[in-house]
Amino acid sequence: MTQPQFTDFYTLLPFTILVVWACVLLLVDLFIPKNRKSITAALAAFGLAVTLGYTISQIGVSSIGFNGMAVLDGFSTFANVLLLISGLFGIALAHGYTKRMGIQRGEYFTLILFSVTGMMLMAQAADLIIVFLALELLSIPLYVLAAFTRKVESEESGVKYFLLGAFATGFVVYGTALIFGSTGTTSLTEIAAAASNGSSGLLLSIGAALLLVGFGFKVAAVPFHMWTPDVYQGAPTSVTAFMSSGAKIAGFVALLRVFATAFPSLSSDMTGILWVMSALTMILGNLVAISQTNIKRMLAYSSIAHAGYILMAFVPYGNKDVVSTSIAAGLFYLLTYVLTNFGAWAVVISLEKAEGKGLEISDYAGLAKKYPALAAAMVVFMLSFIGFPPTLGMVGKFYLFRAALAGGFTGLAILGVVTSLVSAYYYLRIVVNMYMREGDPVVESEPWLTFTIVVTAVATVVLSFVPQFLFLLASTALLK
Amino acid sequence: MEFLLQPLTLLTFFPLLGVLVILFMKSEMKTAIRWVALVTSLITLGLSLWVLSMFTASNPDLQLEAKYSWIQVAGWNIYYYLAVDGLSILLVLLTAFLTPISLLSTWTAVEDRVKDFMIFFLLLEVGMMGVFLAQDLFMFYIFWEFTLVPMYFLIGLWGGPRRVYAAVKFFLYTMAGSILMLIAILFLGIQTNTFNIPDMLKVLPELYSSGAIASGTQMLLFVAFAAAFAIKVPMWPLHSWLPDAHVEAPTAGSVILAGVLLKMGTYGFLRFNIALFPDATVTAAPWIALLATIGIIYGAAVSYAQADMKKLVAYSSVSHLGFVMLGLFALNPQGVAGAILQMINHGLSTGALFLLIGMIYEQTHTREIKVYGGLWKVTPVFGTIMLIASLSSMGLPGLNGFVGEFTILLGAFGSKAIGNPWYAGISAIGVIMAAVYILYMFQKVFLGPAGEITHHHELKDLNVRELIIIVPLLVFIFWIGLYPAPFFNLIAPAVEKLLSALPL
Repeated sequence: MTQPQFTDFYTLLPFTILVVWACVLLLVDLFIPKNRKSITAALAAFGLAVTLGYTISQIGVSSIGFNGMAVLDGFSTFANVLLLISGLFGIALAHGYTKRMGIQRGEYFTLILFSVTGMMLMAQAADLIIVFLALELLSIPLYVLAAFTRKVESEESGVKYFLLGAFATGFVVYGTALIFGSTGTTSLTEIAAAASNGSSGLLLSIGAALLLVGFGFKVAAVPFHMWTPDVYQGAPTSVTAFMSSGAKIAGFVALLRVFATAFPSLSSDMTGILWVMSALTMILGNLVAISQTNIKRMLAYSSIAHAGYILMAFVPYGNKDVVSTSIAAGLFYLLTYVLTNFGAWAVVISLEKAEGKGLEISDYAGLAKKYPALAAAMVVFMLSFIGFPPTLGMVGKFYLFRAALAGGFTGLAILGVVTSLVSAYYYLRIVVNMYMREGDPVVESEPWLTFTIVVTAVATVVLSFVPQFLFLLASTALLK
Repeated sequence: MEFLLQPLTLLTFFPLLGVLVILFMKSEMKTAIRWVALVTSLITLGLSLWVLSMFTASNPDLQLEAKYSWIQVAGWNIYYYLAVDGLSILLVLLTAFLTPISLLSTWTAVEDRVKDFMIFFLLLEVGMMGVFLAQDLFMFYIFWEFTLVPMYFLIGLWGGPRRVYAAVKFFLYTMAGSILMLIAILFLGIQTNTFNIPDMLKVLPELYSSGAIASGTQMLLFVAFAAAFAIKVPMWPLHSWLPDAHVEAPTAGSVILAGVLLKMGTYGFLRFNIALFPDATVTAAPWIALLATIGIIYGAAVSYAQADMKKLVAYSSVSHLGFVMLGLFALNPQGVAGAILQMINHGLSTGALFLLIGMIYEQTHTREIKVYGGLWKVTPVFGTIMLIASLSSMGLPGLNGFVGEFTILLGAFGSKAIGNPWYAGISAIGVIMAAVYILYMFQKVFLGPAGEITHHHELKDLNVRELIIIVPLLVFIFWIGLYPAPFFNLIAPAVEKLLSALPL
């Protein structure tokens, strides 16, 4: 063990910038008058943008710091970019929404910043202790944010998320303890070395399984998904949008790094478990989404379903020939999911009224006649969720199913396309309502909301025609 | 950016220019929007004729290639690749030809959301052109799926009373077929390391003969592709979406649906199933012939039972496309060439029938056969043209339908691949049945005593616009019927090349 040097911070520099900025913002916010919290939002976005700029400039750089506890590599950079974009969209969506709902307080934006830092630390963690630290750092702000409205539903959402989240964190800690007990280390690479020496045993397997439970909870994979619809429905919609993107990315990134680095030796057991999890998540998410009438619950189940698709990329994680393609496919799909997801939630926020009105799918009737551009954008997001051209979602699924086939999991790929077909039914129901039913919806227009919708819709369509550079980025985002 | 100036790029994507112009027009400017759409589609037709002028009929290979690398990541090799050959040139022309005709037919029929209608219609044209021209499986799949989106809206927004049901059924049914094709496409992409079809064709024989792709796997791949195409054609027993979609779709939608979209299915069999999976094709030929024969008889029988004119014509498509499938899987030059020509014929005659039914429906708002009668006396021009279209549809010698059906039956009768002349024999009964249901409709609607509608309505005969719509179709109906040689000349070399690769 050497003492941390100043140079160690290079590895964690994106994270460090944002933590410092968030702390500063917490103080600065005290001096910003209550009716001018837009300034806090702008400052928070500025911090994210600077960090994003720095992170992008670091593409291709890799280093290890803090005695191997944190790494910077292509994988973490890709994830960090996604997370920072999520943070930016999260603030863009919240800015007008919180004002409209009368919950605009400065803490909202600092909490988002802290949560993003936790997620970024998660992407760079190379040690189970750091993973645990990051998990807490990203989750605690989210618990607070979920209960931010201080209404019964919102508080229920926050408490539910907190209780089940604490439980999941418990699983992670216990898993870490068992793994430490079996291998004598918490470093991912040393665990892998110890495991391949054969000194591991049942304890290591149980530990890994407990970690899977904890992360499964974070990404809302079946059977650890129960909390999702209630929490997503009760939380303020702007929080839901952020949570369903950011927390999912962080969970998946951690899952991938921990399993691919530390447990390749367990892959013969784990692959089967992951296969079943992925299949169940796709099936259950899509089937239950059909019967939803509330758009927030429907999108919650849709986010569960998409967790199933992304899990597909994890199944062959122990197969050295295909692991890099499937990691790339998983990252690429996360990107398509984030863009589409924020776009769809932004449309939901546009239609939401006070007291939770305007959230039924039938409230979308007649949208196309009154607001053709907004309806067209929603069609783009729905098509992207289904995986239909000309959208990024189609390219993402193409990539994902190809990875599954290349890994020899034809059955899983077939399950994937069949559940996509099922999903077309409920996504199309929104299109049917918008275009083919009469109604008189009222839309709140806010500049940053419009900005988010335009950017995500255009990106979803345009990037599907020029995905080459994203493919290259994803396929070079390797674990170190 | 050089690829933008390639003839086939221009032909495929030119309608997008019209979409762009219409996007910036106010939705109240209905007439102007109609004109922009019509002119766009006419220029596209001009571009297709320009492509035809550069096409060498004697060359069996892909021509006018526009090939640029698109996504080059390890193991992907996706190309932007458009090209045309004898298998597709006529379908490209048919698409370009039917689009302006359909648009013209909506001039007074579509008054609601004209702007959206024209945008979706032009987008649909892009999709259809792309399907026939794409030579890369990834690109083909994108166009193939994309055509669903505008058609879904055309049915769902401007259709009849049960339009939402019909639109969703159309979407889900067709998507159900193509998801298995997606898996097969990905599998082929992984095995051959490319999505480019000509490159794939170079590698595949090696993979088949070495056993890298076992014959059972080849059969599965064949079935996965066939599922997508058979639903689109539609082959019996996968046809149940078709009557709903046809009956509920607006006239222009029906014309394009019958005229072009169904041909995407038969074209798919031709371009992909037969070319990519030769052994499986030969094995499956008798089975497909069986389904096709059942479809011919079933479609004809059900047509006869219909009370709605549009539904009658819709079911007749099941029967007619059965002939096309029978011809394709005869796997000999007559059968396949006849099938390709019959695709065009069906587009012309069924297109004409749908247009004519749409014209009378616009006046009376009913398609019930029994409320008409004695229409010929009131509208003689309409009656005469309807008679020609009906005779063409049932295959009267001298008109286009006969040429196609005769060649197909000739091919199927002597086909080694089908191996049994009885399929052709039974199918021939379908020709007679076609005469029965078509003439039954014609008699009930146009002859006899004046019916309820004919009595109470001030029915007008065709006007100039309607004649402009229908006469071009009649010209081709007679041209193909009397002198089909130029059309066969375009098809034949490519068909010879396609069949030479089969293990027969």
